[in-house]
Amino acid sequence: MAVMTMREALNQALREELQRDEKVFLMGEEVAAYQGAYKVSKGLLEEFGNKRVIDTPITELGFAGLGVGAAMVGLRPIVEFMTFNFSILATDQIINSAAKMLYMSGGQYNIPIVFRGPNGSAFQVSSQHSQAMESWYAYFPGIKVVMPSTPADAKGLLKSAIRDDDPVIFLEQERMYGNKGEVPEDEDFTIPLGVADVKREGKDATIVARSLMVPVALKAAEELEKQGVSCEVIDPRTIRPLDIETIINSVKKTNRVVIAEESHPFCGVGAEISAEIMERAFDFLDAPVRRVSGADVPMPYAKNLEKLAIPDINTIVKAVREVAYLD
Amino acid sequence: MTKQATPTPSRAGAEEASSTGVIEKETVETADRAQLQREHEEKKAEQKGRIEELDAETLLKLLHQMILIRRFEEKCAESYSLGKIGGFCHLYIGQEAVAVGALAAIREDDYVLTSYRDHGHALVRGTSPDEIMAELYGKASGCSAGKGGSMHLFDAEKNFLGGHAIVGGQIPLATGVAFASKYKGTDQVTLCFFGEAAVNQGAFHESMNMAQLWRLPCIYICENNQYGMGTSLERAMSLQDVSQKACAYELASEFIDGMDVLAVREVVARAAERARKHYLPTLLEVRTYRFMGHSMSDPGNYRSRAEIEKYQERDPIKLFTASLREKNILDDNRLAEIENEVREAIEHATRFADESPEPDPKELYTHIYANQ
Ligand SMILES: Cc1ncc(C[n+]2csc(CCOP(=O)(O)OP(=O)(O)O)c2C)c(N)n1
Ligand SMILES: [Mg+2]
Repeated sequence: MAVMTMREALNQALREELQRDEKVFLMGEEVAAYQGAYKVSKGLLEEFGNKRVIDTPITELGFAGLGVGAAMVGLRPIVEFMTFNFSILATDQIINSAAKMLYMSGGQYNIPIVFRGPNGSAFQVSSQHSQAMESWYAYFPGIKVVMPSTPADAKGLLKSAIRDDDPVIFLEQERMYGNKGEVPEDEDFTIPLGVADVKREGKDATIVARSLMVPVALKAAEELEKQGVSCEVIDPRTIRPLDIETIINSVKKTNRVVIAEESHPFCGVGAEISAEIMERAFDFLDAPVRRVSGADVPMPYAKNLEKLAIPDINTIVKAVREVAYLD
Repeated sequence: MTKQATPTPSRAGAEEASSTGVIEKETVETADRAQLQREHEEKKAEQKGRIEELDAETLLKLLHQMILIRRFEEKCAESYSLGKIGGFCHLYIGQEAVAVGALAAIREDDYVLTSYRDHGHALVRGTSPDEIMAELYGKASGCSAGKGGSMHLFDAEKNFLGGHAIVGGQIPLATGVAFASKYKGTDQVTLCFFGEAAVNQGAFHESMNMAQLWRLPCIYICENNQYGMGTSLERAMSLQDVSQKACAYELASEFIDGMDVLAVREVVARAAERARKHYLPTLLEVRTYRFMGHSMSDPGNYRSRAEIEKYQERDPIKLFTASLREKNILDDNRLAEIENEVREAIEHATRFADESPEPDPKELYTHIYANQ
């Protein structure tokens, strides 16, 4: 084990997988010479050369599609989006090509590709640069969606994503790149996709949180502990496939659920989890499922408004107290 | 004017640059001073030729605008380091002659769109420095109500249709604005500014095709500052003569020195006439250089000192000041006056921004739909 940042853990996963498999290559804007807009690919150009670590023009649709094509004939591309806001330009190739290829070719062409980069809000970068895209991609069968919240998860999940034979959307979070944690250094360390992690055990209420909201939920749980409420915090880690069993088992134990997410509520991942809980564990619920989501508005620039748009410890504490009928 | 749509060989060097990855650029350690001085004299001679066509008042106004942008941006850098401005902040220092020259060539009722590097365009368009600075400070009195920030300045009163933060995003929008002018039968033209890296986006090519196909009064102004973030033009574009891209769509195009405010003005005026009278689009490649990093968070160590020095020697404000002095249009007193006016305006703007209130929390939920 070594303590490192999320950024370093991701970097290590990339390095190890590039070393392990000649078919793996990394491409994206500023990934090589500049070492990544957020320095996730630091040192990789130097180590692997410009055949395998490739700076692209600003041409998202083009290089996303190029990656899918390369994956059709045996390569294993890792495509970095400088941020997932720019993946919007590439959705045609991700959705119409990558997600559908295996099915519409009757099983002949699978697409082993990873699209990765920061998702969600950053710091005051306003509407076009602060979008949480997970529900877009998770909507489509044929794509897997991963959202790590700790350095160890980031490393283990990214390695699995790269080894996976299907298209994986791997969503990082700019605000979390500097977060530190213990990370196994074993090169065979991986975390399987589709397995949730209980980040904290508790008995009175379940908080389901992902990505940026996991550390916030954990702090809320600490606060609630002081108030006499014991919270279980579950991080699904993979949105599709979703480990609903782990969530349901927790709900059966605590009978109360809050889902915390940075994204908009409407048609969001929280709505999906909520529906699953309703279908599978309705009889176990002592209170309606409660979502705490990012404001249902485009992200504003002004600092005070931005703060109001993203859930914080207090909003989660308040929601848990509500489902526990404490106020 | 329209170039023939014949295939042209790309510039020397493009061959090797078109392979993926880094090309080690030979970096000369120091700039050749004598050579730079000779170039400066040549450029000045050219610019002085153009001065004849304009009256002193107009010329001094252009200088005033360029200095206003320069000092405003310097203030932005300072405020950013103080934490008063947040997010991404892209400065326009070095490129002033482009916005100033181009906007001097159009009418008030024409339309303007640009990228996130938008402070200069908004200032020249006439949005008050107060409102721009307040926007950068995230205040309710900002030109986008504090919601857009540096990358999204808007001013409907001035027909300034925004700063857009997705590379290339404004190009189809501008094409649509021009489409609407033609649809409505007005003779307004649209200026669309974007960086050279945006030319690699499909949106650029799709727009060129529609603009010429449907003869739309749009002037596409590529501000070629030779870098898209840390990637030089050579490392990202197979055919680096941006103006030549027009050939593929049979668009009229021209290449201009973006360090000469009068050259820019002249060429944009020509394009505007073509758009106004004949509903014809034009692609202009304006060669320029940004003196600062890509944004406030870019250390900018992908360029050599010598390269930066070379362009600083060609500073558009330095060139224009020298030309005006030699033509006896500008003297020390007049220059000091301009600097003073600019300083006062910026001090006022900063105070205004500082003292303005933050947006009311309920503003989080306004402006989502038109008739809320
Ligand atoms: C679609 C998209 N991809 C990537 C980015 C990140 N980004 C912002 S500006 C920029 C460089 C653009 O360079 P250029 O078009 O030459 O304009 P300049 O910044 O030089 O004015 C990049 C990569 C973005 N904003 N939008
Ligand atoms: Mg550029």
